[in-house]
Amino acid sequence: MTTPTTEDYIDAAGGDWDEVVAAAQAGSAERLVVNMGPQHPSTHGVLRLILTLDGETVTEARVGIGYLHTGIEKNMEYRTWTQGTTFVTRMDYLTPIFNETAYCLAVEKLLGLTDRIPARADVIRVLMMELNRISSHFVAMATFGMELGATTVMTNGLREREMVLDIFELITGLRMNHAYIRPGGVAQDLPSGAVGKVKELLEEMPKRIAIMRKLLDENPLYLARTRDVAHLNLAGCMALGVTGPLLRASGLGWDLRKAKPYCGYEDYEFDVPVSDGGDVYARYRVRLAEVEQSLRIIEQCLDKLAPGPVMVDDPKVGWPAKLALGPDGLGNSPDHIAHIMGGSMEALIHHFKLVTEGFRVPAGQAYAAVESAKGELGCHAVSDGGTRPHRVHFRDPSFTHLQAVAAMCEGGTVADVIAAVASIDPVMGGVDR
Amino acid sequence: MSLGEPRRNGNGGGHEEENLPEVAGRERLAAPVQRTGMFGAKTSGDTSGYGGLRVRRTGPPAAERPYTDPGDPRTERFDAVADALEEALRDAPVGYRDAVERVVVDRGEITFHLRREHLAEVARRLRDDPALRFELCLGVTGVHYPEDTGRELHAVYLLRSITHNTEIRVETACPDADPHVPSLVAVYPTNDWHEREAWDFFGIVFDGHPSLTRIEMPDDWHGHPQRKDYPLGGIPVEYRGAKIPPPDERRSYA
Repeated sequence: MTTPTTEDYIDAAGGDWDEVVAAAQAGSAERLVVNMGPQHPSTHGVLRLILTLDGETVTEARVGIGYLHTGIEKNMEYRTWTQGTTFVTRMDYLTPIFNETAYCLAVEKLLGLTDRIPARADVIRVLMMELNRISSHFVAMATFGMELGATTVMTNGLREREMVLDIFELITGLRMNHAYIRPGGVAQDLPSGAVGKVKELLEEMPKRIAIMRKLLDENPLYLARTRDVAHLNLAGCMALGVTGPLLRASGLGWDLRKAKPYCGYEDYEFDVPVSDGGDVYARYRVRLAEVEQSLRIIEQCLDKLAPGPVMVDDPKVGWPAKLALGPDGLGNSPDHIAHIMGGSMEALIHHFKLVTEGFRVPAGQAYAAVESAKGELGCHAVSDGGTRPHRVHFRDPSFTHLQAVAAMCEGGTVADVIAAVASIDPVMGGVDR
Repeated sequence: MSLGEPRRNGNGGGHEEENLPEVAGRERLAAPVQRTGMFGAKTSGDTSGYGGLRVRRTGPPAAERPYTDPGDPRTERFDAVADALEEALRDAPVGYRDAVERVVVDRGEITFHLRREHLAEVARRLRDDPALRFELCLGVTGVHYPEDTGRELHAVYLLRSITHNTEIRVETACPDADPHVPSLVAVYPTNDWHEREAWDFFGIVFDGHPSLTRIEMPDDWHGHPQRKDYPLGGIPVEYRGAKIPPPDERRSYA
């Protein structure tokens, strides 16, 4: 393939790199436009970066998204409110529990049920969210390591994450895409053995964090790649709508769990790690410190776990089938089946109506936000009074944060682009929805 | 959906009587319901979810002062925000009454419905006034209300003040025939992509946006998929010569 050249730029759209270099040397062009992605291994999925280079310096960084758009928001308008959880869990597939919680909080706000969610359901939600925060942050560190060529960081990070996924599998039946948090509560109670497994994690995780710290905190190679790289100050964060670990790494201790507590976060003791570095290293430090705080919260969750219902006591909303974990996986509880099939015709009708038609949500709109592992994850839900959403929109933090790529990368080197994108920790499933 | 009428369905604390099954049922039957698909299906009895079941009902009515309900801590700062906005617009070229069409307080959230021509001016004051300080915009999203004639397309903004720990919703509407809303990118740069998304999915043109192009759909896509008149699927997929119809046209046993 010959590289098309014009007077002042070379479009490196693919082909043999030697030819590109030769064309660059032959002509008088100083600018080189490189198309990174959408399938480049270090672009976190199908992210496309269009970089204009002047030598090694990035003079212009533009981001192309939309390669993973699946129409989740549109599809949700054709499904019941309960079925929506199945969609939202697939958006940002590394933070499924946060997606589900944000969605369910919005639906509950529309229903006016917010204060009636059972305490145990709230504790389980917090427990699951904090576990999810740990797994998401470890993936952020792991992929970051991989993209810089540090394979040990990657294998360690994914190994740590697997501990969380094991717990998720035990509790929800699935490692990812759980649809576990439901409007009104959670799909089912914790199975026996779950608390023990979480306790194991609480014992093991501090050691694993220590290993990660030993590996990275003062590693000169790591410092060289992350210190003063992809700097974004507080004013930039505010203008670009950047929240979460990125904002806290720029010096503002803003955390929705403290500022606008939901799911009973006001009853937990934890700190909000802040750094004023504003660079990639600060973001790493904030993430790792957040993992430690999450462990604190999980410990308190176990103390707060009192027996009780996990679904709101409202037969018009609460899913009628109590799910049970059988030898062949998750399914309807035999007791419930016996009740509706053999005991009560009304219960059968009610079950059928609720499951096929769904519950009605009073008309209006609501916005609910949670502090996801990546930042403010908001759900704007609009109901027209029917059994399906009129419109559901997600304010995904990754989507908003990718806008900061230009601010972080322009003027830096190509290698720093990788570090910058990785420090944003975008997940394209959430960006494109 | 006409938003100005009083709502028929109660919600939450103060409306318990309206929630009694008998009352609620009576109201539901009396409400202007337009129902298609699934229950009341005319053709296939499709329960796949693609039948397009629709139930229309009225939204929450405009709120009157005071906006703060002493029984609801979530509404604590609403009056203060409204006062501050009125104050901030005192020396502005546009007055509060001209800019704010109506205010809705519902479910512990306040929504300022603004006239679109004054949106940018009000947003700037919301951001800069020390008593308001809505530093963070959480983006804009479109909502399509096909029944709301003359105001079919709504652009909904969420603003968050970190200084005062308050959040408000700002909403503006434009007709389908003239889908123009001023861009807020100059005030909130974060809205760049959010406005592109609302353009892509709803066809709302944000005047003054630096480069209003499609963001999620391919550049050569026709139509705006999140609008209510755009079908789900809707794109015939060809597989080895066989045409696969869009999902909402697949099941027809009639």
